[in-house]
Amino acid sequence: MASANSNKAFLTGYRVYVFAFFVFMAAPLVAAGSFAFNDSLFPSLPWQGFTFDWFFNDTEPKLGMFHDRRLLRGLYYSFVIATCVSILSVFVGTCNSFLFVRCQFPGKDFFYILMVLPLVIPGVILGISILLLASSLANGLEETLSLELEFLRPGIILVVLGQFSFITTITSLVIIARLRKFDDSMEEAAFNLGASRVRVLRTITLPFLFPAMAAAGIVAFLVSFENFNTTLFLVGSEAPLTITMYDRMVKVGSTPVLNAVSFFLMVGSALLALISVLVQRDAPKT
Amino acid sequence: MRATDIKRLSLYLLFAPFALWILLLILLPHAGMMYISLREKVAPRVYEFGFENYINFFNEPIYWNTLIRTGSMSLLVTFLALLLGFPIAYYIAKIAGNRSRGALFLMCLIPLWVSDLIRAFGWILLLRETGVISSSLQWVGLIGTPIEFLYNDAAVIMGLVYTVILFMIVPLVSTLDGMDKSLIEAGYNLGGNGPTVLRRIIIPYAMPGIVAGCIVVFMLTAGSYLTPILLGGKNSSWFTEQIYDQFITRYNWESGAAFGFLLLAFTSIAVWLGLKLSGQTLNSTVADT
Repeated sequence: MASANSNKAFLTGYRVYVFAFFVFMAAPLVAAGSFAFNDSLFPSLPWQGFTFDWFFNDTEPKLGMFHDRRLLRGLYYSFVIATCVSILSVFVGTCNSFLFVRCQFPGKDFFYILMVLPLVIPGVILGISILLLASSLANGLEETLSLELEFLRPGIILVVLGQFSFITTITSLVIIARLRKFDDSMEEAAFNLGASRVRVLRTITLPFLFPAMAAAGIVAFLVSFENFNTTLFLVGSEAPLTITMYDRMVKVGSTPVLNAVSFFLMVGSALLALISVLVQRDAPKT
Repeated sequence: MRATDIKRLSLYLLFAPFALWILLLILLPHAGMMYISLREKVAPRVYEFGFENYINFFNEPIYWNTLIRTGSMSLLVTFLALLLGFPIAYYIAKIAGNRSRGALFLMCLIPLWVSDLIRAFGWILLLRETGVISSSLQWVGLIGTPIEFLYNDAAVIMGLVYTVILFMIVPLVSTLDGMDKSLIEAGYNLGGNGPTVLRRIIIPYAMPGIVAGCIVVFMLTAGSYLTPILLGGKNSSWFTEQIYDQFITRYNWESGAAFGFLLLAFTSIAVWLGLKLSGQTLNSTVADT
């Protein structure tokens, strides 16, 4: 009896801990989001009343995010970068999945480790190493051939390459996991029915992989959108949103417009995450 | 004959993007970084091979103190994340009902979809002198004057634990998920009490997940930049900050590259040690999560 009671007390304590943990997880997000609706010039208490000004107002000092040129430009650059990164990394990730699941070649285990490696290299290091290589290359070409290659200087292309360098590992792992579940007899059946290689790939294998490719693409998009460490070293004049926000936070001091952006981003990523869950759920069970 | 040709051709075609990616964006940049870190500047635009950048690092206590500080704080963060995250993972995998399990797991993942920057920003709003916690405590009457909770080591550690804990929880949930509940029952039936069952059955079973989580969390923490700077302020002395400083503020690429390499070597050795001590491999841990 006593042990049952202490068990119950333990379980209750356990539940309280779990609850407290989720409050801890939610607290900063709630704080970052809710002050977007505070009718005040500072993102702090006391609560001055509800407003949408930090989204839609078009005059200083309460310039809303949808009228703030620099923030909008940052959003646009982030979008362009994330789109490029997700297309590229899903493409290479799909190639990698066929390479590592279907092909046999010497040194495969070693190459697999190489593929996983970028995930455990700190983002800052990836950023500086790519910056160093690109800049040395650009300087060398300029001195020897007096060739000015703009894309090797910090800018959108380097940011895309930097993010691509580690996001590809994520997309590869997601797509490889799915291709491993593929039932080879489906392809064999199609071959037996006289289908060509290309046709089998197009009508059977790729449709099977599609949910994983879509999910990987969404993850890549989100990771790229919120990346800061790698981007910081490679960014040129076209700063994506995280860099713009950081600059404003550190140099100008925060106004609730940053909360409005935070809220907007949180809602956006929640929607994308939901889509990625739905896409994978619709996949036929295997 | 033709079939093998096609096979070989498709192998080359599939290998090309992989090789380009790893070679141009991972191997070459790191080789270049190593090369630059081994250059000494003798005169403007004249360089010599040497270890001066590394010697400088060891001669200047500020530099290696920062690296040691970053390393030890990352270890502490990893340990705290494991300590705090394990009960949550166990709850999600073994105690929660089928319906609430998915919801709880998703809730753990929510911060993953939100940028580091926004999470740190949220903590700033809560912890600073004019922040929510300070003003709430004042309003309740527990404190008379505003208190600054930001810009100290505790804030940095808490912020880091917050940022990385889900990378601990996710692998733990996936390993614990595979554990048969009858194993635990058998442990109890054989006369073990709670702590014994935890120590002898649950933890050994969860070891791959624990190692995977610890590696990822340690790497992320040691390589993090935003959270220490935003929550720790000017005197957070995080090693990545030194790297940034050498590169961007002082424009000293040679020593910046050396610092970058030291951080990479340091974290790699830590990960390698962790793998050796626990008898796991990189493939079996990181790749499976």
